[in-house]
Amino acid sequence: MTTYFTQEHEWIKVDGDIATVGITDHAQEALGDIVFTEVPEAGKQLSKGQEAAVVESVKAASDVYSPVSGEVAEGNQAVVDDPSLVNSDPEGAGWFFKLKLSNPGELEGLMDEAAYRAWVKTL
Amino acid sequence: MSEQILDNAAAAAAPAQTLPLDSWHRRHGARMVEFAGYSMPVQYEGIIAEHVWTRESAGLFDVSHMGQVYIHGADVDSALETVLPGELKALPDRKLRYSLLLDDSGGIIDDLMATRRGQDFYVVVNGATKHGDIEVIRQALPKDLFVDHMTSQALLALQGPKAAEVLEALIPGVSEMGFMEGNAFHAPQSLGGHILWISRSGYTGEDGFEISLPAAAVEKLAEALVADEKVKPIGLGARDSLRLEAGLPLYGHDLDRHTTPVMAGLTFAIQKRRRAEGGFPGAQRILAELEDGPIQKRVGLDVEGRQPVREGALILDGEGNEVGRITSGGFSPSLQRPIAMGYVAAALAEPGTELKLEQRGKLFDARVAPMPFVPHRYHRKGA
Repeated sequence: MTTYFTQEHEWIKVDGDIATVGITDHAQEALGDIVFTEVPEAGKQLSKGQEAAVVESVKAASDVYSPVSGEVAEGNQAVVDDPSLVNSDPEGAGWFFKLKLSNPGELEGLMDEAAYRAWVKTL
Repeated sequence: MSEQILDNAAAAAAPAQTLPLDSWHRRHGARMVEFAGYSMPVQYEGIIAEHVWTRESAGLFDVSHMGQVYIHGADVDSALETVLPGELKALPDRKLRYSLLLDDSGGIIDDLMATRRGQDFYVVVNGATKHGDIEVIRQALPKDLFVDHMTSQALLALQGPKAAEVLEALIPGVSEMGFMEGNAFHAPQSLGGHILWISRSGYTGEDGFEISLPAAAVEKLAEALVADEKVKPIGLGARDSLRLEAGLPLYGHDLDRHTTPVMAGLTFAIQKRRRAEGGFPGAQRILAELEDGPIQKRVGLDVEGRQPVREGALILDGEGNEVGRITSGGFSPSLQRPIAMGYVAAALAEPGTELKLEQRGKLFDARVAPMPFVPHRYHRKGA
């Protein structure tokens, strides 16, 4: 299992051809208290860069773009029912959706964890 | 995810003026953002926690960015009545009055608090508009009046149900004041012995105080206040959600030059004699609106679901016609649901009216709600 990170502060955990996508700890920290999330339904086709989910904190609304292409296998109902899960466990139970990858080559060039954490420190 | 979320963090790096408590905020873990040209704390531990703390205990707000103005000379009350629609001549000593700086067509230049201090007036205006306000006031008043911008004064607000108990322990006598009353107090020698001007007022809907004091003395007082375990520092984020729940308008969002006091539902700020006599900017239009009703009215809105609907969203009637816009909106930490404020055609302003909101192509059901959303708990004497 490998985890990739994007400059848009998303993480993608890849297990076989299934990718789990969420926002990073840095992103939830920047957003502050999260009060609403919307996740995609299973079966939805997403292309890389397409709006896939919504996350709103007390002070801001943001779209989560799909960092890779594929078919949604599952949206995380837990973060819809309790949006604060994204604050408390952003890189674990607070994931947004799982995708069946249609083009694993899109993962090339994304950061690994060490590179992402080092890059965030420069922001 | 979109980069919008990180704009807030980026703004903190922009050059901005610093307030007297700047380093104190940073030491207390504040996330700083630029607001009204100043670097200010938006949150410490988190907006929701700070919001709830203020409703349940006592929150300390640094509002030193606001403009404090002292106006003195002959007949200040009469002179101020030419720019403000409030009854100032009959305002008793040490009483506060909420008022509005108006332009010639009755549009709101700013909202403010005016306090009589003997023959003089102490006025607190919004930070983002203060320089323009002072210019308008200077232009309008006779040249023999003095309009002093008190740039060496800081301003703190202590708000919440435990504010009186906390402040009374440091400065005996403050809890004897009623809502919208002020007075001068001596700080204890341990806090510098300065004179403090304290009023029982605020912007949260809770009981509380606003404390004007020399900038050089503000850090000692802030530290003494948060040394009490009932007090935590509170940022601008919670200040905004608290005032929204309290139904209090925010200048530049819910009020501007395109809104009049009547549209904004602030007619309580125009007392009886002023309605009879006029003599304030825009009186012709405002008195006509009082008589005939305004075209649009500011209303509160309960929003269905959990998603916040924010400033700029459209308000639609049942047939999909645009009837207004949201001017403030967000998630209410006290009610755990989204609430909003906006302007709608007067015929649709009755509480209970069903409306639709449109934000980023998505429709939301909403219903006109009475304000405040969360009841005020001011300390009214004799109440």
